[in-house]
Amino acid sequence: MSDVVEKTLTALPSLLSLDSHPGSAKLSSTSKLGNLIRGITELTSKHEEEKLIQHELLAIKEQVSSPNTTMRQMKELMVRSIYCEMLGYEASFSYIHAIKLAQQGTVLEKRVGYLAVSLFLNESHELLLLLVNTVLKDLQSTNLIEVCMALTVVSQMFPKDMIPAILPLVEEKLNHPKEIIRRKAVLALYKFYLIAPNQVQHIHNKFRKALCDKDPGVMTASLHIYLQMIQENPEAYKDLTPSFVTILKQVVGGKLPMDFNYHTVPAPWLQIQLLRILSLLGKNDQSTSEVMYEVLDESLQRAEMNHNITYAILYECVKCIYTIHPKSDLLEKAAKCIGNFVLSPKINLKYLGLKALTYVVQQDPKLALQHQMTIIECLDHPDLIIKRETLELLFRITNGQNVTVIVEKMLEFLCISEDDHTTIDLVGKVAELAEKYPLKYNEWFIETMNTVFSLGGDMMQPDIPNSFLKLLSEGFDSVEEDRKLRLFAVNSYIPLLRGEPGKLPQRFLQVISWVLGEYSHLREDLEPAEVLSLLAKLLDMKNSSSETKSWVLMAMTKLCKGGADASVTQEVSETYSSSLDTVLRQRAHELQYLSQDPELRARVLPRGAKPETLEVDSSLSFLDRFVSEALAAGAAPYKPPHQRQEELDQSKALSLEPYGLSLPISMSSCSITDRQSPTLLSMSSGLSGDTLKLDGIKRVWGREGYLAQREPVEEAAQVEVPSPIQSPGRQGEGDSLHSQTPTQTPTPEPEQEKQQLASSLFVGLASQSSVSLMGKSEPMPQRFRRKAKGQGLGSSFIANEQISSSLISPPSAVDNLLCNNLLDSNNASELAEQTSQLSQSLTTANGTCHAEAELTESDTKGCNPALRRDNCVVAAGPGPHNDPGRLTEVCLDSYLPAELSGLSHSEIAPLCANQSLNLSACHVQKEDSLILVVFIMNSSESAIQQIPAGEVTSYSVAVGQYSLTVKRPAVHVEVVGTVSYQLPAGTSQSLQFSYKVPLTSFIRPFVVSTEEYGTMWLSFSHDTKQNLTLINDNQEPLTATLNALKKKLQLHVVEVIGMEGIVACRLLQDLPCLMHCRVNAGWLAVWLRSPVPDLPDCLIYHCQRALQSL
Amino acid sequence: MQFMLLFSRQGKLRLQKWYVPLSDKEKKKITRELVQTVLARKPKMCSFLEWRDLKIVYKRYASLYFCCAIEDQDNELITLEIIHRYVELLDKYFGSVCELDIIFNFEKAYFILDEFLLGGEAQETSKKNVLKAIEQADLLQENIDFQMRLFAGSRDPAQRAGGNRTDINTIFIAIHTPPSASYSAVCS
Repeated sequence: MSDVVEKTLTALPSLLSLDSHPGSAKLSSTSKLGNLIRGITELTSKHEEEKLIQHELLAIKEQVSSPNTTMRQMKELMVRSIYCEMLGYEASFSYIHAIKLAQQGTVLEKRVGYLAVSLFLNESHELLLLLVNTVLKDLQSTNLIEVCMALTVVSQMFPKDMIPAILPLVEEKLNHPKEIIRRKAVLALYKFYLIAPNQVQHIHNKFRKALCDKDPGVMTASLHIYLQMIQENPEAYKDLTPSFVTILKQVVGGKLPMDFNYHTVPAPWLQIQLLRILSLLGKNDQSTSEVMYEVLDESLQRAEMNHNITYAILYECVKCIYTIHPKSDLLEKAAKCIGNFVLSPKINLKYLGLKALTYVVQQDPKLALQHQMTIIECLDHPDLIIKRETLELLFRITNGQNVTVIVEKMLEFLCISEDDHTTIDLVGKVAELAEKYPLKYNEWFIETMNTVFSLGGDMMQPDIPNSFLKLLSEGFDSVEEDRKLRLFAVNSYIPLLRGEPGKLPQRFLQVISWVLGEYSHLREDLEPAEVLSLLAKLLDMKNSSSETKSWVLMAMTKLCKGGADASVTQEVSETYSSSLDTVLRQRAHELQYLSQDPELRARVLPRGAKPETLEVDSSLSFLDRFVSEALAAGAAPYKPPHQRQEELDQSKALSLEPYGLSLPISMSSCSITDRQSPTLLSMSSGLSGDTLKLDGIKRVWGREGYLAQREPVEEAAQVEVPSPIQSPGRQGEGDSLHSQTPTQTPTPEPEQEKQQLASSLFVGLASQSSVSLMGKSEPMPQRFRRKAKGQGLGSSFIANEQISSSLISPPSAVDNLLCNNLLDSNNASELAEQTSQLSQSLTTANGTCHAEAELTESDTKGCNPALRRDNCVVAAGPGPHNDPGRLTEVCLDSYLPAELSGLSHSEIAPLCANQSLNLSACHVQKEDSLILVVFIMNSSESAIQQIPAGEVTSYSVAVGQYSLTVKRPAVHVEVVGTVSYQLPAGTSQSLQFSYKVPLTSFIRPFVVSTEEYGTMWLSFSHDTKQNLTLINDNQEPLTATLNALKKKLQLHVVEVIGMEGIVACRLLQDLPCLMHCRVNAGWLAVWLRSPVPDLPDCLIYHCQRALQSL
Repeated sequence: MQFMLLFSRQGKLRLQKWYVPLSDKEKKKITRELVQTVLARKPKMCSFLEWRDLKIVYKRYASLYFCCAIEDQDNELITLEIIHRYVELLDKYFGSVCELDIIFNFEKAYFILDEFLLGGEAQETSKKNVLKAIEQADLLQENIDFQMRLFAGSRDPAQRAGGNRTDINTIFIAIHTPPSASYSAVCS
């Protein structure tokens, strides 16, 4: 049908040409839209507009849903809806109709329908699914315009999951005779590649075909895909380099049809695309770079016409030359080019010149020197963007000598900048520089940081105050310097607090209160009472956040001494001890108790304490006891999210996918106390996975600046250029940056100022040796070497962990314990005692099972793990030593039953003792069982009647042997027992003991074939997944890790294929557990399956431990 | 390219094309902030902005601002040329384009844009070819319009052609950029 129309059309152009311009005839083909627009422009207020549009939308809504509306009217309605949406009013009711229009309309209506869809919906909108069929139909249409429209909409947005449905059709279009169709098909594939690269992986050869297409337009389109692919993996496409070079040569040589010219420049888009690809290919690759030198040179020469578009190509060329392996004459030409940019009167070019300079200055600091006067001018440019870019450039060339001037310039800019994003960025940079070069300017450092804090306010990165405080507390190499620095900080804060602290940002107040709490004692003439009252003033301020208040309370806790200050602290603590904010309340209680007990305070918050290294127990084993208690109290054992999900799926057939998304999220956000029934493993798995990893936190923000950038920055700062260029800076002195610099020729005043600025900015960039001739410059002292590698700041800082947990995160248990005790009592000794208990419990007790087996009975009681007492051999003999106190393990060894002595046994550990009995135990691993051996030693003078085993004479040892099995796995199996005995006097007594065996002792290798493994894998229902760290030594990481696990845990490695390995083990004889390991992005992704609940979880915990301990 | 916005000197949005999936709320927020930022800049200032983590390239043609957001590695100057080529296309299509043409025929402006840029990348840079593709589709429309007129009786061509331009108090200055001329935007 449309073909017929087309034919009629070509015959009628004369009739149609009412107007010479094709477009003008259509100016108001939709008069209703025209009316609407006119209506809006006549209105005077926003309110009226809103009313009018709402009215309009109502009318549209009514019409679109009416069955009598024709598609032609619908088209017009859609245009009006688009207009309303553009004005910012929602017209979501029309979305579905837009899809309908695209589906049912004729070609022209379809066009509007597709347009409306592409404007209304975005990629992830669910209604888009309804479009798939329409697109499919149109892709198969014989009408070229329809095919074009379908391809256009597909390259803009398409639901990811539906790509396979249309992919074959789009691929087919790559062979279409019309180049416009081929080009659009390539761009559609590019879009697919961007949203779902794996969906189009198999058609890479088609991309090559597109690259070789006879139409340059199609070839250009395919370069988008290649650029993307090369960006991800340059190695795989090195072989294409000569092809790209040839294409570029042809383009530059003007071999393309005139159609591709843009203002007489041949295919600039194509050129730029090719240059970008080449720079990716030639990066760090000398041989590949050599292939392209010639064409780059030619590009540079050809592009000398004074035109915007040639500058675009030149700019890309320069970037390319500086990215690939360097070649000196090209670099020279590129440098000249940059010079032209920088010196250009056109502001856009100047900006790009500065950008290019910033890019290359690390390689070539000379270049900055050449253009120093221009840079100085740009620094005072009225356009903030230029100014900002200049600062960026200066930031790159900062060294120890010019840092003060550069920072000063940056701070000046900060004062006038109104853009939050810039402020945050720049504040970070200033702080980075200040921390990198504190030099001898202690005052400068503190003052700079003060400005940073007051300007950066609460927007700045939270790690800036953290690292500042860390720097202050860890100190540098000299004690005296540290003291001065801290004292200066205190001195600078006191007047601030006396002034108008209400104007300071919260973050700054927090820093101030911490510093005052910690170091205000350094200033001798300052009464703590005064500091206290200053701090108390902060508490009364209306705009103080509760976070700030808790920092202030902490500081007060450190300062209060009782006596005169008591009234202030008393008042404060009373006010806040009833606060609704629990943190504040806690701090108030601390303040109250600690202020009354100086001795306790001195222990909890020692003054001048050195930062201690904090061990962070990332496996949270200190919670073991809590977990086991919870389980004993009947809580359900924790199940990892994927298992929960699986069970959920099983129980509810209706449950559809969306749950999958929400579960992991809720897990990570869930706090520790929320978990009713965690077994510790899964908790540790959640922690060591991707949520919160404390021990391995990468320090991004270090003393030397962003650590990632450290090397290049330092390089820039230290490069020595034996430069012949006259730098006024060289005559200046290293230390006194503001010293008068003699200039060659007398210059007018402002010029002289600029030169002076230049000398201070660019000092150190020129040859340093000439400076040191004058004996003033010395290599910058690296005073900021790290002293302690601790994660935290020591005890005094711990209490603030809630506030600054991102960087310094001490274990919360210590903190909480402190508070609990403070609330209960203020007995110092008890506090200490309990702390020590806690530290013990960190390493013990998480057995989830209490099996009680009384030795007095011949049968074993208890649920799981069953302690079977099968053969109770009691070997009684005279003790070899007279002194029981000297009874050592070595001699107990000799009591091991003969049949066990050949096997390896664990260390013999003392269990408990009283005046008459000494109990020790060890466990022995046999192939199919675990034997617990209990040594009962009579340490009294008299013989003891053991029930029912008989008598143990004085100083002799009785040995009991028990075979242990596990019915329900736990990380540690705890055996609890009682020894009942009778003294000769006839009194019957008992002694309780408990013994812990790690689950690993029950694990045995499980030899299976891969096939058996496969069948078993599918039949097991309980599983867990986890990422483990890989061991990276010389050999292959997977094998190394598996071997380590095999050694530590007695696993059996079934097979290793490439990056995957399968491992099997069993719990004693009968309970298998299979493990599938895969190396994935630097981690070992482990998937465990077993028929036994909890066994995978327990095992993964031990794997984790085993790898950690390496 | 991440998105392209066209807005008037009064800050009214005239055209928006997003090549990255964003929620409506984000789009509105970005539009509002960006329009404000760009309008606050003086005529002689640099056409490039670093805004949030995007690079913005904008240019003013008469009363209309054309504004593109590009990624970090993209070339700013070529983006300026993209804007310019788009203006040239509009100019050729509408014949001395003015803001009103774009207001009243924004769907046409979108069609041209889609033919020129696809998925944020320049797909066809030849003026001739872009307009050919558009006109092929338009011709169909003309034909139908023509038939409609034949059957339904003719309407007043003047009204059809221009609406009542003088009713609208938007200031517009027609721009005409002959291909040989230098590229300074015409500013009012």
